[in-house]
Amino acid sequence: MNFSWIFSYWPLLAAGAVQTVLLLVISVGFGFILGIGLALAQISGPRWLKWVARGYCTCLRGTPLLIQLWLLYYGVGSLLPLVSGLRGSFLWPIVREGFFFAALSFTLNYAAYEAEVLRGALLAVPKGELEAGRSFGMSSWTLLRRIWLPRAIRIALPTIAGEVVLQLKATPLAFTVTVMDLYAVAYKVRQDTLLVYEPLMVVTAFYVFLTLLITRAFKMVEAQVPVRR
Amino acid sequence: MSSTQSMLELLSPYPPGWGGVLLSGGVSTVMISLGAYFVGTVIGLGGAIGKLKGNRPVLFVLDIYTTAVRAIPELILIIGLYYAGTDGLNRIMLALGLPTIEINGFVAAVAVLGIVQGAYATEVLRGAILAIPVGQIEAASAFGMRPSLRFRRIVLPALMPNALPGLANLWMSVTKDSALIAVVGYQELALATRLAAGNTKHYFLFFLAAAALYLVITLLSNVVFGLLESRFRRGQAKTA
Repeated sequence: MNFSWIFSYWPLLAAGAVQTVLLLVISVGFGFILGIGLALAQISGPRWLKWVARGYCTCLRGTPLLIQLWLLYYGVGSLLPLVSGLRGSFLWPIVREGFFFAALSFTLNYAAYEAEVLRGALLAVPKGELEAGRSFGMSSWTLLRRIWLPRAIRIALPTIAGEVVLQLKATPLAFTVTVMDLYAVAYKVRQDTLLVYEPLMVVTAFYVFLTLLITRAFKMVEAQVPVRR
Repeated sequence: MSSTQSMLELLSPYPPGWGGVLLSGGVSTVMISLGAYFVGTVIGLGGAIGKLKGNRPVLFVLDIYTTAVRAIPELILIIGLYYAGTDGLNRIMLALGLPTIEINGFVAAVAVLGIVQGAYATEVLRGAILAIPVGQIEAASAFGMRPSLRFRRIVLPALMPNALPGLANLWMSVTKDSALIAVVGYQELALATRLAAGNTKHYFLFFLAAAALYLVITLLSNVVFGLLESRFRRGQAKTA
């Protein structure tokens, strides 16, 4: 076991960790918002919207994330230069990067899983609470914002914690589209120093640490609300 | 590239088209998934029984196994196990004075994915066994059934309906996780698609086709698991 490479590679490792966390935060943040929309569309949208939302969830949950990522990066990425005016615009430096495609595909994928979780949770909110809100004269938007959604998120919290951990574990896929995330750094160390296991072990320790951090954080959030058992 | 004609030609299953490569990739994806699923379920059954009946050291080892596999990203596990597994096996062979062997990519893929699946299957099956009413198992003991007979006749049929939804989820995840095998260079659907796409430069078309194939696998599996569940739940009272 040889860990002396850490001294020369720690700036890269730190940068990789930042990329990994950034991918996680972006995909969970935006994916959650999109997931709420998809869940609501499936429950109370007009019929065509229901079908669109359901189809979206089925397609994204039924295919591997790796394929979705490659479809976006190689497929859509190869079509993008055909869009006139894009190459000159301020968006081009962002759209050119693998990071953009990784963040986009992780977000879309996370939203599909989150939508299923939230759909179940929204349906699990006791009817009486919603009726109580309505009888107070709340508009449907106020009802959603004050009662329906907060209650549903609270019901779904343990599952959401699991989904976030799963999302963290999916982020190393970004290395296949040239993102220098934590795993990509381990890969580079392996190529430079011919050490196979040591970089993997260091990176693994970081992922496990992040997992523990996420579960702790969610436990704390869950503990905010007293539950009568 | 503008016409539908050339797209169909590209996807045709006969040589100038790449459909055949994609389909055989799809077949090897299904084969890897089936193998890994079988290995994983066997490990899971052993693990579940170990977790319920085992002594301290067994419990400790199994806890580390299930926790580690579920906390480490699949990609890292697969790459780590792939290299460590082949390397370790060859070191053992060397120590025993035997010639080193080239491990078949298929076997390695099945073993690696099976070990990952085993951890999840352990938890699913443990929960399913715990959900069996104790009275049924006690009744079997009272009839004088030996543990092996009791397991085969009572525990196994009773745990299946409890375990099936979880096992169905695991099957869905193994078919999708098998795409990660592409990263270590074994040719299944994902890698075959990348090959076809790279050769023809029609990235969008081929990845879309691969996604459709995966979706077909998923949707067909949904139907099969639905049938299996109604079969295993026959004789049970319908809820709601």
